[in-house]
Amino acid sequence: MKLTGAQILIECLKKEGVDLIFGFPGGAVIDIYDELMKSSIRHVLVRHEQAAVHAADAYARVTGKVGVVLVTSGPGATNTVTGIASAYGDSIPVVVMTGQVPTKLIGNDAFQEVDIVGITRPCTKHNYLVKSVKDVAQTVKEAFHLARSGRPGPVLMDLPKDVMVDRTEFKYPEAIKMRTYNPTYEAHVGQIEKAGKLIVQSSRPVLYAGGGIIASNAAEELTELATLAQIPTTATLMGLGGFPGTHPLWMGMLGMHGTYCSNMAVANCDLLIAVGARFDDRVTGKLDAFASHAKIIHIDIDPTSISKNVRVDVPIVADCKNALGKLVTFLKREKDINWKEKHEEWLAQVRDWDKKHPLSYKEEKGVIKPQYVVEKLYELTKGKAIITTEVGQNQMWAAQFYKFAEPRSLMTSGGLGVMGYGFPAAIGAQLAAPDRIVIDIAGDGSIQMNIQEMATAMEQRLPVKIAILNNQYLGMVRQWQELFYGKRYAATSLATAPDFVKLAEAYGAVGLRATKPEEVVPVIKKALKTPNLVIMEFVIAHEEKVYPMVPAGKATTEMLLV
Amino acid sequence: MKHTYSVLVENKPGVLSRVAGLFSGRGFNIESLCVAETLDPELSLMTLVTRGDEQIIEQINKQLNKLINVLKVVDVSEGDFVEREMVLVKVKAEGNTRAEVLRMTDIFRGKIVDVSPKEYTIELTGDEKKVRAVLELLRPLGIKEVARTGTIAMIRSKKTP
Ligand SMILES: Cc1ncc(C[n+]2csc(CCOP(=O)(O)OP(=O)(O)O)c2C)c(N)n1
Ligand SMILES: [Mg+2]
Repeated sequence: MKLTGAQILIECLKKEGVDLIFGFPGGAVIDIYDELMKSSIRHVLVRHEQAAVHAADAYARVTGKVGVVLVTSGPGATNTVTGIASAYGDSIPVVVMTGQVPTKLIGNDAFQEVDIVGITRPCTKHNYLVKSVKDVAQTVKEAFHLARSGRPGPVLMDLPKDVMVDRTEFKYPEAIKMRTYNPTYEAHVGQIEKAGKLIVQSSRPVLYAGGGIIASNAAEELTELATLAQIPTTATLMGLGGFPGTHPLWMGMLGMHGTYCSNMAVANCDLLIAVGARFDDRVTGKLDAFASHAKIIHIDIDPTSISKNVRVDVPIVADCKNALGKLVTFLKREKDINWKEKHEEWLAQVRDWDKKHPLSYKEEKGVIKPQYVVEKLYELTKGKAIITTEVGQNQMWAAQFYKFAEPRSLMTSGGLGVMGYGFPAAIGAQLAAPDRIVIDIAGDGSIQMNIQEMATAMEQRLPVKIAILNNQYLGMVRQWQELFYGKRYAATSLATAPDFVKLAEAYGAVGLRATKPEEVVPVIKKALKTPNLVIMEFVIAHEEKVYPMVPAGKATTEMLLV
Repeated sequence: MKHTYSVLVENKPGVLSRVAGLFSGRGFNIESLCVAETLDPELSLMTLVTRGDEQIIEQINKQLNKLINVLKVVDVSEGDFVEREMVLVKVKAEGNTRAEVLRMTDIFRGKIVDVSPKEYTIELTGDEKKVRAVLELLRPLGIKEVARTGTIAMIRSKKTP
């Protein structure tokens, strides 16, 4: 029997295991929606297409599956670009389906036509314009394969209206082989041996983990390696949760707002083992001062990440889980080594740094400190919540003061740093994990960038908790202005703002406010007890800063401290 | 350092812009780029000449390989290779320069492919050095127009069996 393009599309999505689509309709995708409605796939109607991609991104992060988005042509498509670029920056598997004008009209500047394949070429792993109904099944197969394999990432399929209406015989391609795409998963044994030997020879090693740990489900292997060889461990923002935040070998995040301990350890180590990380400038600071005494082992599935910014001694192109597993096996053979003794001096030094300048903040009478709020969120959720963040100071305080115990418990726009990511991400996360507590740690600026999703969360009955750390500023920018621009606060005041409690109520949600430190715990407790969407507004110290801070372009040892 | 790449790509719409976009987006430069179908109509061969330090060249190589439509990337300039470029040059040819142009064309084993009372159009092939030499020698005679194909290249066959 012949099926329409839209029918084939839905059949293929089911075959790919899709159970949930985030989307927003329009003329070019009515045919697809018409079929989608008849299927078992759940659709979540967002209120802005950018939010659909962020939600799908977080859904993918929590479940490990591919997040799926469906939007219309033209403005629907362009509205997804920020979401796509964010997923690309963080290597998150998302498939975005955009409607397109009929093939005959393409190139004609037709109504709601944009060249979305051209627009998203540099921010997708790959993208397709599907020009014939005969190509639909194969394209869906390839799109999902590309999104989730190798270094994951967003893939876009542009679907012209006539292609969705045309009919053809449906045959699902069970297997897939792409002759131009073959990621390397297996770590090279020779390279593992070289790496293992460097670890054996080293006396001051550091493990530096990135988002690749989460993507490849390698948290267990990472912890095993660290524990076995007694290696102090740090992680990037994207790697948080990949190593238990309460582990004795844990040093905290590194980089611009990393801990004193992590940054000192990296600067002084003689061996840096980078796993699924990419030496981003927010991590390295001034490049020639970064790990300048160290040999470097770099494990990554993407060869372009290796030796991009920093010269590497032992490159290992592989899946992190595979490579770490092999490294552990190699090191277990070294039965004569007493690792604790071997690294005793180094670990003592690391503990010293930690004691000298732990993460801290100054308490002030009568004023709520944002770090205190995050600490209490951590305590009252026993570290078990899924945390999403917006971008700015709120993001850094969340990263510093919530001790993530497990992978896939922090969702944040790391690479692109999108204000407005956190709330739609919380929606995606809550749909992926209905029984977990999901909290968006937000800023007063960022939350207004996708506030319209309150309606989505209400409609889906999602008990997401939003914790706004309200400093009445675009705080992170203000911090830079205070420190490096002579306190000239150009365009960073947010004194004019909605009443967030009333705003919550306007959507039918619950609004709570804390203005004094002693109100913080009761507000959080009340929110956690409320089986509904809640906005908690914490009116915090207006000019609180995130410390430590490495000024841009400086060596990571040149930290400004509390 | 100058590098010449042979890049085997799928013969699909948009592939050229993926390659070009990669270079412009990352600030790499393209000195020349030649594309045409191979014997297998599903594949095209691009010859790409670029410049950069070791780190940049390594990135270019890896980034090209990372593109989904790219099948194979070979830096032909790593070893012994043949490179050729074709140029069409329209030069002034009046009075006694007419003979001079003919002589030069002959010396460089070019061909006159179009003649008018005031101009000659010369077709020439050679490696980059030769092309540069010809253009420099013709310049004083008055070049009106130049069209170059960009370099194509191939690794030399092994001479010992
Ligand atoms: C979409 C977007 N626009 C601009 C920025 C630049 N930016 C980074 S942090 C920040 C301030 C965020 O303010 P707020 O959400 O109140 O967070 P705070 O830093 O005060 O915690 C801005 C404007 C950004 N990251 N994303
Ligand atoms: Mg703020």
